[in-house]
Amino acid sequence: MSAITHHVPDAILAAYAAGSLPQAFAVAVASHVSLCAHCRAALEAHQAVGGVILEDTEAVAVSSSLRNSILDQLDVPFTPEPVYERNGIYPGPVIEAMQGRAPRWKKLGMGVRQDILSADAQGSVRLLYIPPGQAVPDHSHNGLEMTLVLHGSFSDETGRFGVGDLEIADETVEHTPVADPGAACICLAATDARLRFNALVPRLLQPLFRI
Amino acid sequence: MLTQTIDLQKLVKSEKVTPRRERKPVSQVKTEYSNETIWMLAVRDDRDRGAFAALFDHFAPRLKGFIIKGGASPQQAEEIVQDVMLTIWRKADMFDPHRAQVSAWVYQIARNRRIDIARKENRPMPEALKEEPELEPDASQILGLEQETTQLKCALAALKPEQREVIEKAYLGELTHQEISTQTGLPLGTIKSRIRLGLQRLRHELKDLTQ
Repeated sequence: MSAITHHVPDAILAAYAAGSLPQAFAVAVASHVSLCAHCRAALEAHQAVGGVILEDTEAVAVSSSLRNSILDQLDVPFTPEPVYERNGIYPGPVIEAMQGRAPRWKKLGMGVRQDILSADAQGSVRLLYIPPGQAVPDHSHNGLEMTLVLHGSFSDETGRFGVGDLEIADETVEHTPVADPGAACICLAATDARLRFNALVPRLLQPLFRI
Repeated sequence: MLTQTIDLQKLVKSEKVTPRRERKPVSQVKTEYSNETIWMLAVRDDRDRGAFAALFDHFAPRLKGFIIKGGASPQQAEEIVQDVMLTIWRKADMFDPHRAQVSAWVYQIARNRRIDIARKENRPMPEALKEEPELEPDASQILGLEQETTQLKCALAALKPEQREVIEKAYLGELTHQEISTQTGLPLGTIKSRIRLGLQRLRHELKDLTQ
């Protein structure tokens, strides 16, 4: 596996540590961090900052019953939350987003397939399967889009992205990612706005449909 | 660029350790773990209720203040404090003093609980790294991390009040990632340079864990 060269920008990592990142991006960041020791270290450093701020926060007295109530609960049996382990090319947070199931690919045309893991007004998370040499279908997005490579690689005007690399593009970035020849490219794509593929729209009309 | 001068002595907890040679003079050289680390290890390794009560007395009022600052009512805050403290007890085996200060670990749990409650869905988390169980604790690593956290604390204390306020807001989850990246008053660069040593150290630590 080649080294990861495209990382999470600091502001986004800080927002992830603080929990202010939209859920869709949090899935992408948690997945990247699962694959990238560099960003895991940076994340832990952000958590250290958060810890110092917590330490320095002015204490507010807790009610007198809270302490005993918690100490009394230490022996109460509890069900641990499920742990989603990495499975093949899919890191734990992706498996969690799929709730443990295998990908359910739906054809988008031109050999491209997708599996929408979640989509609502706050954003969407999907898996994309792009055959070797094929371009990612033209799509519209308003805000930010994060693309994490899980298998194969793609290239666009900004560079080459291999396994573990995270591309972050906003609406000002005009790019046409193309899967590199050789292996199919499987990516996790997260957006904070509705994403619409224009696969059925004739290519000449696509500029009209772009937002 | 950075040369590490880590004392390679491996020591068991609470034994005195020769201070490792410092790159920079610090006002006090720590030779023992902080109380919080000692308590947390006693909770993790011995399920020590007294140590847990001590952790409660230290963190619960701070957590309450911190959560109220983040916009919760005092009653909500106590519910979250209860949740966080029970999580500390139940997930104590996940605590790794080589990689995180107790405060950083507690901060991360507190942010998770807050988000899980607000969004009614789990915050995606990176895959957990598994510590080699047979490894002896590396006291120089643990103390080094504590020392760097102290330096980080000093750096944060030296900030102008308005900068400090922005940092607090960011790590309380009150700023979006766009706001964090555009906040002119946010000295992420300053913070980054202060935590660089910690980052080097964490990376070194993580390299062994992520093959």
